[in-house]
Amino acid sequence: MGSVGAKEVPVLLSPEGLRIDGRRVNELRPIRITAGPLKHADGSAFVEWGQNKVMAAVYGPREVHPRHLQQNTKAVIQCKYNMAAFSVDERKRPGLDRRSQEISKVIAEAFDSVVFAEEFPRTSIDVYIEVLQANAGTRCAGLVAASVALADAGIPMADLLPAVAVGKAGGAIILDLKKEEDNFGEADLPMALVPQSGRLVLLQMEGHMTREELSTALDLGVQGCRQVYEVMKQALRDRYAVAAEPGAVA
Amino acid sequence: MSDEVTAEILTTHILDLAGQGKRLDGRSADEYRPVSVEPGFVVTADGSALVRIGDTSVLSGIKLEPGKPFPDTPNAGVLTTNAELIPLSSPVFEPGPPQPGAIEVSRVVDRAIRAAETIDLTRLCVTPGEKSWVCYVDIHVLDHGGNLIDASLLAALGALAHATVPAKRFGIAEADYPLEVHHYPIECTFVRLGEAIVVDPTFDEERAAQGRITVATDETGRIVAMQKGLVGAFSPDDVKAVVERAFAHGDRLRRLARGVEA
Repeated sequence: MGSVGAKEVPVLLSPEGLRIDGRRVNELRPIRITAGPLKHADGSAFVEWGQNKVMAAVYGPREVHPRHLQQNTKAVIQCKYNMAAFSVDERKRPGLDRRSQEISKVIAEAFDSVVFAEEFPRTSIDVYIEVLQANAGTRCAGLVAASVALADAGIPMADLLPAVAVGKAGGAIILDLKKEEDNFGEADLPMALVPQSGRLVLLQMEGHMTREELSTALDLGVQGCRQVYEVMKQALRDRYAVAAEPGAVA
Repeated sequence: MSDEVTAEILTTHILDLAGQGKRLDGRSADEYRPVSVEPGFVVTADGSALVRIGDTSVLSGIKLEPGKPFPDTPNAGVLTTNAELIPLSSPVFEPGPPQPGAIEVSRVVDRAIRAAETIDLTRLCVTPGEKSWVCYVDIHVLDHGGNLIDASLLAALGALAHATVPAKRFGIAEADYPLEVHHYPIECTFVRLGEAIVVDPTFDEERAAQGRITVATDETGRIVAMQKGLVGAFSPDDVKAVVERAFAHGDRLRRLARGVEA
């Protein structure tokens, strides 16, 4: 639990090049993904990523609510990113806020780029992301959870969407910022990659970087996404390898 | 369309089974599903617990913040309970402001916590009339397999029982200290299925139910809250019988919430 009063800027990078939690600049926090933990959703996934805990569920294709959003040629992908009141140090008031709405929008658009939505005209694919415990990088963890949940729901897609934030802290370009690095660092750049095409479908940035730094950051992010991709695929293998065994309860 | 048709067929089947003294999942009328309480699930909360009852899963987190006491209770802290029936947890929940169902869960859980004097609110007062702790009990339903009231109170109680007052963090005392829990209210919910009254209803049983009744009991033998819900009716004798059953289940569930082996 962080301090509430005057904030002291921590040393974000040691002279040996180690970060606040002992990681190297290009190292991810530990990631654990469980596919299909929820029994009542069409697809679900739970992601523990460093100190983040994020649950995602997918419903659909199903009827569109509200009706006027229905499209005749394709499914609409609706996303709701939400933070539990107790997921952050200072209690977050429940309900919609501008940050959550923006994140929901860019995540929905990222999925719209890979889901074969034209196969399900006049339906909705609803993606719900609940942040239960937050420690920087929740939109990336949420996107990863939602992507595995979409696969768990059997929604056809061009690819899974791994995501990670890169940034700058203590003067260095670093992979996968944790809270202190996000709060006191110089830049934050979350991204999501389509591994098969090598293209980015989510990209945001806040802070300041030179063009050389940005170039390094993008390369580092792509590399990080490819590592996350392996964990995502393994989670799906684990889930369905168990389900395929005789007598196992899916 | 198909959802409503299946629901109708399932309801008929559940009621037929109940007439033969049976339930869809093979339980007896007085059998509760397996229950687990996992405290400390969320480290950003001052206390938390993840509760599973069968395939229902509810997470509760406690947050304590300095605030102002209410003018009519200047010597007491403030307790606020809020349940979120988020659309992630069930195809029947839609996004948006809390619906009456969520408000009912919040209020029924809040009543039990308050009436049982679970926490001594006067101990949450810092300066009378000016400064007190506000204790937020937030309940997040993750997987809706029925009986959200029992699961929500159990999660809230599990979270309260393991909560820490962050006094050092807010500069109110030298050190953080445990939030003391004085009583352990447990809610136990039943539904009527024809002539049968069954404990711990599943989602499908709730949909088939001809009335629901919840009884909250504490470890001292008090009944601290009740709520009749859904369309349907109970006789005074039904209520008396249900109270006895609620006490029996309460004793067992209470041990789980306190972290004592059942």
